[in-house]
Amino acid sequence: MKKLLILSGKGGTGKTTLSSSFIRLSQSKAYADCDVDAPNLHLMVDKPSLTKRESFYGLPKAHIDKDMCIDCGLCFENCRFNAIDTAKGYNVDFYSCEGCGVCEYVCPVGAVTMGKAVAGNLLLYRDDKVFSTAKLSMGFGNSGMLVSEVKKQLDEEAVDAEFAIIDGSPGIGCPVIASISGVDMVLVVTEPSLSGISDMTRVIDTANGFMVNCAVCINKYDVNLENTEKIEIICAEKNIPMTGKIPFDAMVVGAVNKGIPITDIACPAGKAIRKVYQTTMKIFKINNQENQNE
Amino acid sequence: MIVTMPVDGKAMSACINKSFGRTPYFLVYNTETQNKEFIENAAAKSQGGAGIQASQFVVDQKTEAVIVPMLGKNAADVLKGSGLKLYVASGCSIQDNIQALIDGKLETLTQIHAGFHNHGR
Amino acid sequence: MKIAILSGKGGTGKTLVSVNLAAVCDNSTYIDCDVEEPNGHIFFKPVINHESDIKILIPVCDNDKCNGCRKCVDFCNFNALAHIAGKLMVFEDICHSCGGCKLVCPEYAISEKEKTIGKIKIGVSEGTNVISGIMNTGEEAGVPIIDELLTREFNEDDNVFIDCPPGSSCAVMESIKDADYCILVTEPTILGLHDFKMVYELVTIFNKPYGVVLNKCTDEYNPTRQYCVEENINILMEIPYDNELGKLNSNGKVISRENERFKNMFGMLLEIVLQAVRK
Repeated sequence: MKKLLILSGKGGTGKTTLSSSFIRLSQSKAYADCDVDAPNLHLMVDKPSLTKRESFYGLPKAHIDKDMCIDCGLCFENCRFNAIDTAKGYNVDFYSCEGCGVCEYVCPVGAVTMGKAVAGNLLLYRDDKVFSTAKLSMGFGNSGMLVSEVKKQLDEEAVDAEFAIIDGSPGIGCPVIASISGVDMVLVVTEPSLSGISDMTRVIDTANGFMVNCAVCINKYDVNLENTEKIEIICAEKNIPMTGKIPFDAMVVGAVNKGIPITDIACPAGKAIRKVYQTTMKIFKINNQENQNE
Repeated sequence: MIVTMPVDGKAMSACINKSFGRTPYFLVYNTETQNKEFIENAAAKSQGGAGIQASQFVVDQKTEAVIVPMLGKNAADVLKGSGLKLYVASGCSIQDNIQALIDGKLETLTQIHAGFHNHGR
Repeated sequence: MKIAILSGKGGTGKTLVSVNLAAVCDNSTYIDCDVEEPNGHIFFKPVINHESDIKILIPVCDNDKCNGCRKCVDFCNFNALAHIAGKLMVFEDICHSCGGCKLVCPEYAISEKEKTIGKIKIGVSEGTNVISGIMNTGEEAGVPIIDELLTREFNEDDNVFIDCPPGSSCAVMESIKDADYCILVTEPTILGLHDFKMVYELVTIFNKPYGVVLNKCTDEYNPTRQYCVEENINILMEIPYDNELGKLNSNGKVISRENERFKNMFGMLLEIVLQAVRK
């Protein structure tokens, strides 16, 4: 199954709006939301019924048994993460605890134990389509592992699908790197602002480090034509194909809120997204041909 | 020679797995005695450092050769540190790869990637 | 007074609000805690007067003392250690710097060395103090840098504006830990509302007083405003979608320094926030 991953670098560029449009236009039978910190794709696509919900366990969290605790303070002295709160006796700050186990080791009376902690949930929605997603719980960080579980679930469940569209997460950290692994192409959705350009460049460099081909499209391009030109120059220098430009369109917000796919509305943004879709898919399918011939 | 490879299932008909650190099983095979052992990979469930944990395990089996489609940097550092030989898998068949290794037809693995960072905090 | 600005969803205008509030306020300091993708300095372009490296401690093994017992390897929950060919290998990018391996070693073979994971830059931009942290690419842990950014002495009348990372991760929690008040910036889409609920839950758990800024508002139906009204959530200000604002912002301008209209807008928001904090 060939996979197209949609990334943005900076948040708020329109990645999820575009991913959902692609899913609808391609009638994809397999899609996933790898933005496990703040998943949004489920609000914008057809959602089959929830078939599976699995707890995802993160690093363990420490717990202090107040009855056994002798207030020696060794846990507090040895914790490097300020995770032992001493306001009312000794208590573990759940969110600051990193699960290293040092407090359990140093406690002379065995009052500290490390316990499993649910860091999130892996979700599967399926009928003839497969939608794999997850939600990381509050306070847990750098969710590369949960992202990998979302993709693994997609691979395992969508055995018959020819291709999958994956909505990635913003940024360039480990969750993004985990989502890049094993995909056939990355489409970067950027916006013509200095922050957007800076983050787009970092995402492209990250993807290239994994030898994955990229393409770029510019959303809300007419908000700043000089910056749009800057992006086009950068892409030309890096030999990155541009798959289109989408104008700012006041209709988008209304359509998103009403759950109407923007490509169903006769408006400038809808028209432009269709063009971006067609151009991107041409490159995506050519990539597939090349990979198969290797 | 003891050769180890990441595999999808616990049978000689299974495929070689794409991921080393997070493969579900390892096959530890002795080319002289033809003894084979399929062992579940404990690193698959770890929060982070899967490549490192899996490599430590593989080295502890007294592995002399590893056959993989690709390898991340951390796992490669550990395996190379033990002096064992790294080979690129040719196709996914276990039997074919073992035979190719015996016949000296497998290529040495030279391209190491940055790692898939499937870890959490 | 410390005010944290957070958003949940990216791109709602968190940096816009934090940068401009700091710019119109007297005795102000802007702290950029989005150490993975800091953007505040793009707007402020501060004159830097101080830079320092942020370091964490990483284990080092004296292999002559090591007896190969592997207690350290077995202890490490992060799998940052391997014992191969008689030597301990330490994977610095994975190490969480907990110090556990040093504690469990029966031969005292493990000591620690410093490793730089990022930088802090302190500077000034037209009277506003600007403090940015940046994490080196490939590093995992933003939290020690955020810690360093926020652990400094402030005077009674200093006004600190903390630009938080997006989401509700441990980095965000670290950023709002000592805040006196939280401003939640959101946008009028169902996506924005969905992620807004995450940070709303976060500030509630942490018992922080908060208020909402609705950004990019249009005449269309606004699900986030509706939710705030239904839940009795204090809306501090609604900023309408504005082409001029968007253009200036996309060019990295501090809009409150560009014209009177925006200066007044943020001046007003500052007043409203200060009143809300005093309550």
